[in-house]
Amino acid sequence: MIPPSAAHGVPGADDDAIFADIAASLDRDFDSVRQSIRQLDALAGGAFADRTADERQAIVQQFRDRYPALAAVLVAVVVRCYYRDDRVMRSLRMELRPPFPLGFEVENGDWSLLDPVRARGKIYRDA
Amino acid sequence: MEPAVDVLIVGAGASGAVVAWSLAETRMRILCLEQGDWVKQAEFPSNGRDWEARQFGDFSISPNRRGNAADYPIHEEASPIKVANFNGVGGGTILYAAHFPRLHPSDFRVRTLDGVADDWPIDYRTLEPYFAQNDRQMGIAALAGDPAYPPKDAVLPPLPLGRTGVVIGRAMNKLGWHWWPADAAIGTREFEGRAKCVNLGHCIAGCAQGAKATTDITYWPEAIRQRVELRTRCRVREITTNETGMASGVIYYDAEGIERFQPAEIVVVACNGVGTPRLLLNSASSRFPRGLANSSGLVGRNLMFHPYASIRGYFDERTDGYRGPHICAWSQEFYETDRSRGFVRGYTYQIVRGQGPVLTAMTGMASGRIPWGEGHHDAYRRLFDRSAGMVSVCEDLPEAHNTVTLDPALKDAHGIPVPRISYTLSENSRRMLDHSMARGTEILEAAGARDIVAEGPLAHAGWHLLGTARMGADPERSVVNPWGRCHDVKNLFIVDGSLFVTAGGVNPTATIQALALYVADSIKQRLANLFD
Repeated sequence: MIPPSAAHGVPGADDDAIFADIAASLDRDFDSVRQSIRQLDALAGGAFADRTADERQAIVQQFRDRYPALAAVLVAVVVRCYYRDDRVMRSLRMELRPPFPLGFEVENGDWSLLDPVRARGKIYRDA
Repeated sequence: MEPAVDVLIVGAGASGAVVAWSLAETRMRILCLEQGDWVKQAEFPSNGRDWEARQFGDFSISPNRRGNAADYPIHEEASPIKVANFNGVGGGTILYAAHFPRLHPSDFRVRTLDGVADDWPIDYRTLEPYFAQNDRQMGIAALAGDPAYPPKDAVLPPLPLGRTGVVIGRAMNKLGWHWWPADAAIGTREFEGRAKCVNLGHCIAGCAQGAKATTDITYWPEAIRQRVELRTRCRVREITTNETGMASGVIYYDAEGIERFQPAEIVVVACNGVGTPRLLLNSASSRFPRGLANSSGLVGRNLMFHPYASIRGYFDERTDGYRGPHICAWSQEFYETDRSRGFVRGYTYQIVRGQGPVLTAMTGMASGRIPWGEGHHDAYRRLFDRSAGMVSVCEDLPEAHNTVTLDPALKDAHGIPVPRISYTLSENSRRMLDHSMARGTEILEAAGARDIVAEGPLAHAGWHLLGTARMGADPERSVVNPWGRCHDVKNLFIVDGSLFVTAGGVNPTATIQALALYVADSIKQRLANLFD
């Protein structure tokens, strides 16, 4: 789903640490992931993992076409962990910290942009 | 049996807190029973590196997904829009975006102005002082002078427009359409002991900073100081009645799961548009065989959501991304009825900032703009930190076939039947959604966005639960009278979104709380002859 990239300096989602995080974080999606694996094995006519890369890609496409809801769960469980990995965050130039307590800066903006809105006047109906 | 209280409030959320605070000055003995618990700011997701992931887990907006001890399941297969809520002290305000528009004057006169639905028994002017009082109590950030509303004061300075507000604002000006900084229940400076917003950007999973005005930190501390008792982890099963047909108290399960009876002189229900009809219907008895306060047959009927559409685009320049309160501005260009659009009533646009890294991936992969495998990273980087857009909040009209009933089979952890939602999207709402997606796309094109994606109705956006015990003067066409007292049971009051006669096209919390203040005031003014 997410391969490594030397150009961006990031691991794939099958990286040991990321995969361990995914496996440990399945939580409410555990049953759906198990069901997905069963369906992938069924489409593969055996163990999905034993098929060649090209075969796996074709099976995955079938899986996504037939079971979009399960595919969405797989995406969710993978990206929830992949996009918090330090190496990936560094590559995106994100700070390695949670939002709290430092928060973020947001520009105030140009309030004069509202002048034409004011100039147009009232738009609500009296009742 | 517990000692009797003067006032028993069921639910400690947006409206229950307001009533408790307002009635506290009477020095009556007031007790509130809340099925959930207090939530500590240190527990909110923004404290951890898994801040995005937890909004799909223990801080999901869906009670069915969340499945916390305080939650009850909701049978919602027969609805394209799924319920969003939070059960705990503060209720839905814990996870709301703190977007804080009021209903408009025209929203109270829908039948008169547009020939559909019904007029409310009260008007904007009736609620105006309560809107203002609530704004002060909650600490509302706003910019005075919005031409979409009658004049109203700003309590705190407005939220920053940010890059998103500027880029969308310029586009709106190009089109000649209304926009304005959104009223928000967010502290843009320190206020009444509450901290200033530091733009954590994750308001809808709880505010770790405590800058978002949730009723656990606004109304409740003051109410408790005035000796209102708040008992948490207490789930009410039914309201009981006596031989005179008056409410006599409630049966509830305490934190240990022990069944108890709490007698009361007055019962106030504040459980939202799903929880309230559930409780009334589950309080059926030989005196009230169709459910309590349901001689009209309207308890649980006329359920209204606000169908939402999302319109999002991507920009070459960086936007606010995941930083700052999610909603920065609104547009009410299409709020008032214009029949040439093909529908009646209208909608609000909430102008929304961007997404965090996880949501960027999820939405980008769902729309096919980020592929699986080869090309993932380049495509992702074209989208991350570069999105902005809007959601439309469309007015739903009341329809009797949209209902909350008791599920005949499914029960919660205490054996209480769960609510079953049956809802279909009306043709009027469908047209409104389509219109909002088309106009929203025009706005984003004018703003220079690419890769624009529009979708609606959003399934997991049933935030606003309205209309299931509506107010009115006619007992055959409404559940409560014009000041919140049930027609059938003269010491039973309702104060939540169930009261709404029509939904308007805005988020309802400001109006729910103004209504709760108004009902509480009505009780105080009539104490001598409240049950006449």
